[in-house]
Amino acid sequence: MSTSVEIETDEDCAISLDSLTMLYPTKSGVPVRALDDVSLKVRDGEFLSIVGPSGCGKSTLLRIIMGLSRQTSGHVRFGATSSTHHNQLGMVFQQPLLLPWRTVLKNLMVSPDLHGKRDDNTRARATELLRMLGLEEFAGRYPNELSGGMQQRVGIGRALMHDPRILLMDEPFGALDAMTRDQMGLDLLDIWDHDRKTVLFVTHSIPEAVLLADRVVVMTPRPGRLADVVDVPLPRPRRLENINTPEFGEVVMRIRKLLDSEHSAH
Amino acid sequence: MSAHTASGRDRRSASTAAAAPPADPETATIDVPPRQRRRLPGAVYSTAVFAGLLLAWQLAVKVFDVSEILVPTPLAVGRSLVDGFQDGILVTHAIVTLEEVVYGFGLAVGSALLSAVLITQFRPVERVLFPLLVLTQTIPKVAMAPLLIVWFGIGTTSKVLTVALIAFFPLLINSVLGFRSAPHDQVEMLRSFGASRLQVLRYLRIPSALPHIFAGLEVAVILAVTGAVVAEFVGSSEGLGYLIQASNFTLDVARTFAVIVVLSAIGMLLHAIVVHLGKWLVFWTESPTTSGIES
Ligand SMILES: Nc1ncnc2c1ncn2[C@@H]1O[C@H](COP(=O)(O)OP(=O)(O)OP(=O)(O)O)[C@@H](O)[C@H]1O
Ligand SMILES: [Mg+2]
Repeated sequence: MSTSVEIETDEDCAISLDSLTMLYPTKSGVPVRALDDVSLKVRDGEFLSIVGPSGCGKSTLLRIIMGLSRQTSGHVRFGATSSTHHNQLGMVFQQPLLLPWRTVLKNLMVSPDLHGKRDDNTRARATELLRMLGLEEFAGRYPNELSGGMQQRVGIGRALMHDPRILLMDEPFGALDAMTRDQMGLDLLDIWDHDRKTVLFVTHSIPEAVLLADRVVVMTPRPGRLADVVDVPLPRPRRLENINTPEFGEVVMRIRKLLDSEHSAH
Repeated sequence: MSAHTASGRDRRSASTAAAAPPADPETATIDVPPRQRRRLPGAVYSTAVFAGLLLAWQLAVKVFDVSEILVPTPLAVGRSLVDGFQDGILVTHAIVTLEEVVYGFGLAVGSALLSAVLITQFRPVERVLFPLLVLTQTIPKVAMAPLLIVWFGIGTTSKVLTVALIAFFPLLINSVLGFRSAPHDQVEMLRSFGASRLQVLRYLRIPSALPHIFAGLEVAVILAVTGAVVAEFVGSSEGLGYLIQASNFTLDVARTFAVIVVLSAIGMLLHAIVVHLGKWLVFWTESPTTSGIES
């Protein structure tokens, strides 16, 4: 049966998740069902937001795709293949997780350093990314001399260094204030617009999810399931003014209702 | 008295407020020099207090006519120091002790770091070795000094080993803590870029361990000096510990004091080297205020 699914996967599907289930062992002996039978097809070049209450398995999902955790059952496929090289994937974490003994530029160079690519091209790309992220003058600074928003931008730049096809972002703006957050989201859209990577963007903010995404995945907790996948029929490029349109409000309301109904069902 | 100073302060603030209400920048410029002046006296005062204590000591010995055999005057200690350096006796014995400390300390650093890496990187090693090491830590290491002398003779080897034994444990414990201190999400960040275990060690665990390692080094370097002196007490024919015993034997208390001064100087010097090396290597944890005072 699983083979028939494999044949079904079309070419422009970047990631396909096939009944992913994740059980975490606990001390009490009863395992936690973090993900339950999650199936999803992520289109190539699409910006996909994932929302859901705390503990519904969003991070777990990204960690499995990234290969940091191993699912209990189910499959992850990238295009037609069942595995992918880590250089096709880039991950941005909730915290910047910069190495404090490396300058901003050297922090971008972490993954090239790991793979012995310290050539001029790589360095030029790092400088170019810093320019794109508005951090040119800070190349030689250390992380503790930067604001939280700037550190997070370095974290994004680090994930983009090896030019991955798929970008996994786990609440990347969670630690930022509302204004910085909106601006960073729009900046991210600009960067995404360059080469339309596939982006999986986890967030707690429904408006943020809607503003950025082509589709929004709504998850429910205990066990973590997909409630629905909501299309966002808003034109691009998106601007902050989009938030005030009725279409935007409609999509946000739909997602809210989905989350509420699931919440009361428990 | 407190009322007086309070009223004085009141008057001053009142006069500045009355004299120049628009002169905000002026008060700001006045504000700067006193802060610098206030910072300087710290060292000056402690030097003055130290000198005062020496003076009090000198006077007390003279006034109460304390026997020179029990407590020498600071001047006598100073004379003994100068004599010791002139006839070279302090220098030759200091070199012996310094060598024991440096070799023993180096041995401790090498073996502690290596053990810490093995313990933190390989589970089986940790399971077998760590409980044993923690258990042996409870043995008072100086008690081993006589045994080491029985086994390795009265020469330098037994001293170097005593020093290493004493300095080893604080270093090991701190290094193990250090190698474990790397946050788990940093490890995952590196793994997400395809880092191998060895690369995680090199890129993350070693740098994260450095602050802890240096905390251990600071403790260990002082213990190392103590270890060398104790080992020399137990049995030796040279070194500053030996010199203290020889001086005590001939009731030359001034020289005993002189040797203690030299030992303190060695301890301070080695400690300062470790501290400065640490500050230079572990630059990122330095808070901006301390670096501000430094510059
Ligand atoms: N390493 C682990 N061991 C045991 N249980 C875990 C582990 N990691 C996550 N869980 C559990 O799995 C569930 C999902 O966790 P996950 O971190 O994926 O949630 P999340 O949706 O990312 O939540 P949040 O929005 O708060 O980040 C939670 O109930 C959590 O307690
Ligand atoms: Mg999470």
